[in-house]
This record gives sequence, structure tokens and C-alpha cells, in this order.
Amino acid sequence: MSSMTTAANPVAPDAAGNVLLSIDNLGKRFGGFVALDGISLSVKSGERLGLIGPNGSGKSTLVNCICGALQNEVGSVTFAGERLNGMTGHQRTRRGLSRTFQLPRPFASLTLADNMRVPLLYTVASRGTVHGAGAIEARCLELLREVGLEDKAHRLPRELTQVEMRKLELARTMASEPKLLIADESMAGLTHSEVEEILALLMRLNAQGVTIILIEHIMSAVMSFSQRLVVLVSGRKMADGEPNAVMRDPEVERAYIGQ
Amino acid sequence: MRSSLFLVICLVVGAAIFAAALALNNDYYFFAGYVVLQYVVLATAWNILGGYCGYVNFGSAAFFALGAYSTVAIHKLYPLPLPLLVVAGGIVSGVVGLGMGYLTLRLRGAFFAIATLALAVVLQTLIVNWDFVGGSRGAYIVRPEAIAPFGSYIKYLFLIMMLLAIGAIVVARLIERSRLGYGFATIRDDEVAAEASGVPTLRLKLIATTISGALMGMAGAPFPYYIGYLQPSSAFGLDYAVNSIAMPLIGGTTSWVGPLVGAILLGTLQQVATVTISSAVNLLIVGLLLVGFVIVAPNGIIGLVQKFIRHRPVAQVGRHKIEADASGHVP
Amino acid sequence: MIFSFDLLVNAIISGILIGAFYAAVTAGVSLSFGILDIVNIAHPSFIILGSYIAYIVNASLGLDPILVSVLATPLFYLLGAGIYQVYYLSFEKRGQESLRGLAFFFGLLFITEVVLVLYFGVDYRYVEARYIGPSWHLGFVDIPLRILVPSIVSLIMIAVLQIALTRTFIGRAIMAVAQDQFALKLMAVDPIRIKRIAFGISIATASLAGAFLIVIQPVEPSVGREYIGRVFAICVLGGMGSLPGTVIAAMLVGIVESLTSTFYGPSWAPAVSFGFLLLTLAVRPAGLLGR
Repeated sequence: MSSMTTAANPVAPDAAGNVLLSIDNLGKRFGGFVALDGISLSVKSGERLGLIGPNGSGKSTLVNCICGALQNEVGSVTFAGERLNGMTGHQRTRRGLSRTFQLPRPFASLTLADNMRVPLLYTVASRGTVHGAGAIEARCLELLREVGLEDKAHRLPRELTQVEMRKLELARTMASEPKLLIADESMAGLTHSEVEEILALLMRLNAQGVTIILIEHIMSAVMSFSQRLVVLVSGRKMADGEPNAVMRDPEVERAYIGQ
Repeated sequence: MRSSLFLVICLVVGAAIFAAALALNNDYYFFAGYVVLQYVVLATAWNILGGYCGYVNFGSAAFFALGAYSTVAIHKLYPLPLPLLVVAGGIVSGVVGLGMGYLTLRLRGAFFAIATLALAVVLQTLIVNWDFVGGSRGAYIVRPEAIAPFGSYIKYLFLIMMLLAIGAIVVARLIERSRLGYGFATIRDDEVAAEASGVPTLRLKLIATTISGALMGMAGAPFPYYIGYLQPSSAFGLDYAVNSIAMPLIGGTTSWVGPLVGAILLGTLQQVATVTISSAVNLLIVGLLLVGFVIVAPNGIIGLVQKFIRHRPVAQVGRHKIEADASGHVP
Repeated sequence: MIFSFDLLVNAIISGILIGAFYAAVTAGVSLSFGILDIVNIAHPSFIILGSYIAYIVNASLGLDPILVSVLATPLFYLLGAGIYQVYYLSFEKRGQESLRGLAFFFGLLFITEVVLVLYFGVDYRYVEARYIGPSWHLGFVDIPLRILVPSIVSLIMIAVLQIALTRTFIGRAIMAVAQDQFALKLMAVDPIRIKRIAFGISIATASLAGAFLIVIQPVEPSVGREYIGRVFAICVLGGMGSLPGTVIAAMLVGIVESLTSTFYGPSWAPAVSFGFLLLTLAVRPAGLLGR
């Protein structure tokens, strides 16, 4: 049994079990190479979904297509009832879709506080929910406080440690007040206790109502976090269901050992 | 410091400089000063796209020349007063900047830079073959002898360029302190992450190209009056391209101060050097300084000064709080 | 505009030959920009440097200019390796190649041109060789030997380069370094060293291209500028780093320029390649044989 704390399940999908994100027959190719082949998936509001798969299975491509960094050729992505096809990345972020990057990409010439400020100014502030320079400054610090980086608010990202960079990355996604957060390998290369820190942070976010898709290779983290598990192999969805059941599926086992 | 106060201070300083030049009572200072002020505008304009957004424009000369040639073209149709010509030059160059941006800004920074070079040559070829503005033979613009209440016309040109320089600096500073400035900085730092953070990167880049191009066009609009005889080779001269890149990089690209410092230092140096040594050596010095600074002092003169004063890495944007207007709305 | 069949055929043949030369000029950029992703806009000025070196030795010792350039390739290789080292330490390592790297090469372009002006002045220089002057006459087709010889040697140079890139270990390492530096490291190959070698080769080609240039036409320092756009246009059109693609794209540009010049006048010629470039970038950045 894993020594990871199994989190209690604080948030069930909301009463109506509304589907927040719906991916329908998504296809993407690069030249002759088919990266994604007819992927269909739905994520309910408030859910914690785990997404796993061997390297090269198309997880990153899927994330990029959902978030608009790449445009899918086939199929559609629907978010909160709205078709996202053709929308640019920033338009999707403004609608409440947020992601972290596998390798953290902070804004290197801006302070940590300003790293929070930019998404605030361009998403939340333009909706009019946060007013005035003072309120924005306060919110920046509050976001940093959530991840324990408040005392470094006026430092630059290059002064941070690995795990601090990942926390910064997560805090920055929180700044845009997402409805859905895709955490793309946020824990790679971290120590055991650092992984637990990030997991706890994600659980806290989920408790506040944020739907989370966790993409990870650290199986213990994925198993303890996810309410549902999806397995991607060679651009196709191989399994989709309750985590333990999925992991016992012989086909999944073969796919991993076969790699 | 509020922007309105900054504007007032700039105007006061500008007036003082003008008065000092008047007191010296030698038109040479106005001619030389005009060129330096012109470079202040060009360097500041370049920096809005280059320093703030990280997109290098090799074709500054093209936007400058467009301003100059729009003056020539309009002048032949109907002699408008100079301030209107300046506005017209700005509009023409701004529109071209927008168009070029739309064609090329979806590409990576390196392709954009090369495309700007290509655009400069294409525009030059078009102008050289356009007989209405004189083509390769050039065009004469008769500079009025005098204009009340200034006396010689060059004083009037100097004043216009002074106002343009002040305008450029105020615009650059406004941008820096606004939401736009933060957006530009994220484009420079990591465009993919910026887009993912909700920044409309293409729209901002187009804004930067348009403003930058428009300012350069405005700097070019009075040029035919300054020089009297306009040839494509002088309007599209490589020294405009080099200087508008060298001055911000040497002065410092992270704020409006850098291009100003770079333009004043380098511009003055070149005015002195052209008188004493050949213009080829002049350009060699600029080239060497550019390469030297870019290798040794990537943050330019203001970077060196900052390192000297503090001994910590300094954040490049966001030292200032964003200014909210009276109603609390952030621009 | 007088349209005649003779003129058309001559223009096309001339375009093909000049295109072969353009391919040699661009080969270096295909290496540095297409494969290494370094925007060396100073490349044309190194070509002019090659032209002047061929000129000096040809004028003083009477040696064949192309031979001189071959002898000079080691020097140019060292120059290229040195420049890459500075570039790497100053920019690549710090992650600042976009703005400052570009400015660096722009500065080099400038410095090289101005130094040549200061040393040689702005007069046109030309070389002397047995094949400069005579022409082959095949029916109504006129082929000046001063264009034919460099064209053929250009194609030979590119063939040699292509073989080296695809058949030798270092060549394949160069092709690989663009795609997977990590894999190279795992094979105990230092990617920085490979890039340095590649950039050195890139500048070495400039020596040869410079000799070709001064055989074809008289040269003065600012001639390099019209090649900046040409070179990048051909590189992009040819698919960035594909030498065969570069040859095809170069000939295409050569033909279109030649036709434009013949039927519309030479003052429009500079716009051709640059216009090509803008169009390619706007419409199909992956080029003709795109990656």
C-alpha cells in the first residue's frame, strides 16, 4: 500500500453532475505521424481526473489541443457548453481553462508578484471582479501566500528552487480563476515530500471547486488523487474508469510493461 | 510620478533646451540637435517593439522613409502645414506597420526580423520606381526661408522634432506602466506562457508594430524639409536601421530611459565624429559599440548603472505600481 | 517590353546558372539557419570578404580566384568557429539569442562592410582569369563562361557538402544536433563542438561563394546587402536546411529574377527575392520541400 496519504474526497461532482469539458473524436497529426486518433473524453465539473500513458502516447498533444496551443484537425473540444474549435489560447484561458507546463515557464524578467499580476490583469480584472491597483496588488500577494511564496514576492523566478518554480506555475494558473486546471507533470523530479506538498495544493484547489486533470508519471500520486483514471496509449484512449479497476486491466498492464 | 506631471517636466526641459540653443545663436546647433532628437524618436519607437516585446525590426529605415515620402507625395498635391504632414506620415507608417505585422507576426521572432529586412528592400524598390515622388532621381522640397516667430526654418523643425521626441518618450513611459507594458514583457519573456496566461499576444504585437511604425513615420515626415533634396538612398539609409537598433541596445532596452540615453550619447558622438572624421569610421564605431555592448553589457548603460547602485538582480518591468485612474479602473 | 523567344530562353538559362551560384551562396545559411537555428545575417558580408581575399591574391600573385578561395577555406573555417564560440558564450548559453544574437550578427555585418570600405574604398574590384571574357555560343544561346564555371563548381561544392552531411559521422551529427542534443550527449558527442564545426563549415562556404561572386561580377563592399534577403528567401523557400531544396529554390529565384530583369528592367530585380521571401513567410513558412 502506498505511503501517500489518501486524501478524503471533499468534493463530489456537483449535484447535477454537469459535464464541464467534452472532447469528441479529437484527432491531430504531424505530417504522417498520427499523434491523436479519435479521442473522446468527458470531464464532470468538480471532478479529479488522472491521465496517464507511456511517453509519446499523446498526453501533451492532447493538452495542447485542449488549451489551444495546437489546433486539432478532427473532432471538437467543448467547454462549459461552448465549442472551442478555432479559439486561440488566450481566449480559452479567459473562459476558465488553465494549464501548467511540464517545464515551468515563468516570466523571467518579472517579479513573482508581477507573474501573478499579468494573468490577473488579462483575465479576471478585465471581467471587472477585481478593481483598482490596491486590490490587484493584494490579490497577487494572496495568490503567492496560497503557495507559500509570499515572502519572495519581489524576487525574480531565477532565484527559486525547483519545487518553488512549480508552485509559482500553479499559482499563476490560479490567478486566472480557472474552472478547469490541467496540471501537466507538475511533480516531475520532486522529492517525496515535495510531491505531497503539490498534491495537497491541488486537493485544496479542488475543494474550492476547481476541476482538475492531473497528468503524471508518479503512480502513487495519481492513484491517491484521481477519482477517475484515463489511460492514453499511442494516441488512443485505452481505458477510462475507476482507478483501481483500470490498473488491474491486463491490457493496461501490457501497454506499460511492453514499453 | 503621474504621467501628466512627467509630461509637464518634459515640456519644461524641452523649452529650456530650446532657449539655450536660441541663446547660442548658431543655426548649426539646431541642425545637429534636430538629428539627435530624430534619433530619440527612432530609438524609442524601435524599443517599443524590440526592447519591450523582443521582436527585432531591421527595417526602421523603411518606416522612416515612408514618412518622408508621404510628405513628398502630399506636398506635390497640396502643401499642408508641417504638423499635419507629421500626422499623415504617422498614419501611413502605422498602417504599413499593421499590415506587415499581420503578415509576419504569427511567425517566430527570427522570421519576423528577416521579414522586416525584406519589407525595407521591397518598399525601397517600389519608391525608386515611383516617378511621382522622383524615383531614383530624388525630389526637391524647397525649405521656406523663414517662419514667424522663429526666424530660420530650422528652428521650427527643431521644435517639431522636440515635441515628437517628448511625445515618444511619454508614450513609451505610459505603455511601460500600463497593462500593455506587462503584456509586452510577457511576450518577450515567453510568448507561449503569455498566451496561456490570457494575454492576447497577436493583438498586442500588432499594437506594438503599429505604434512603433507610426512614431518612426512621424520622425521621417519633416525630413524632406530638413534635407531639401530627398533621395531614396538617404531616406532608406542603413545608418537609420543600425542606429535605431544600436541606441536602445547600448542605452538599455528595458525602459524609456535607455533609448533616450543611447540616442543622446551616440547621436552626439556621431555629430561630432562626422565633422572630425569620415562617416565610414563613424559607422564602424557604432557597429563596434553595438557588438561590444551586446556581448559585455546586455542590459546596456542603464543596466550597468543599476548594477553599480544595487548589487542584486533587478526586475525589469513592474518596479512601478500600475496607475489606476480616478475611478479605480486599470488601463 | 519586347518578347522574343531568344530572349526568353537566354533569360531562363541565365537564371538557372545564376541559381546554381545562389545555391552556393545560400548553402552556408542552410547550415547556420536551417540546421543550427542561428540567424547569421552577416553571412553575405563574409562572402564579400571572400571576394576581396580572392581579389587581393589574384591581383598580386595571379592565382586563379576559385583556387585562392579553396586555399582560404581553413581560415574561414577558423573564423566561423571563433564567431560561434563568442555567440555561444554570449547568447546561446544565456538564452538571449533572439534579440541580442540578432543584433550581434547585424553588428558584424556592419563592421565587416565598413572595414572593407575603409581598406579598399568603394570602387568596384574584379578578378582576372582565363574563363572571364569568353562565352559559349550554342545557336542563339549565349553562355558566358564567367557564369558557367562558378555555377558548375557551385553544384560540385553542394554535392560534396550533401555527401559529407549524409555519409560522414560528423555530418550526421550535425543534422542530428538540430533535433536532439540530448541523444548526442548520450553518444558521448559534445553538441557544442558539433555546432561549432557546423558553423565553421558554414563560413568556409562563404570563402568559395565569394570567389564565385567576384568571377561573375565586379564587387564592392555594399554588394552584400542585396544578398541578405536572397539568401534567407532561398533558405526558407528551400525548406530550411535541405540542400537539395536549396538548389531548387535558388534556381527558381534565379529564373524569376532573370525574367524580371530582362522584361521589366533591372531596377525591379531586388524586389523579386525579397518579395518571394515575404510571400513564402506569409503563406507557407515550411517552404517548398518543407519539414
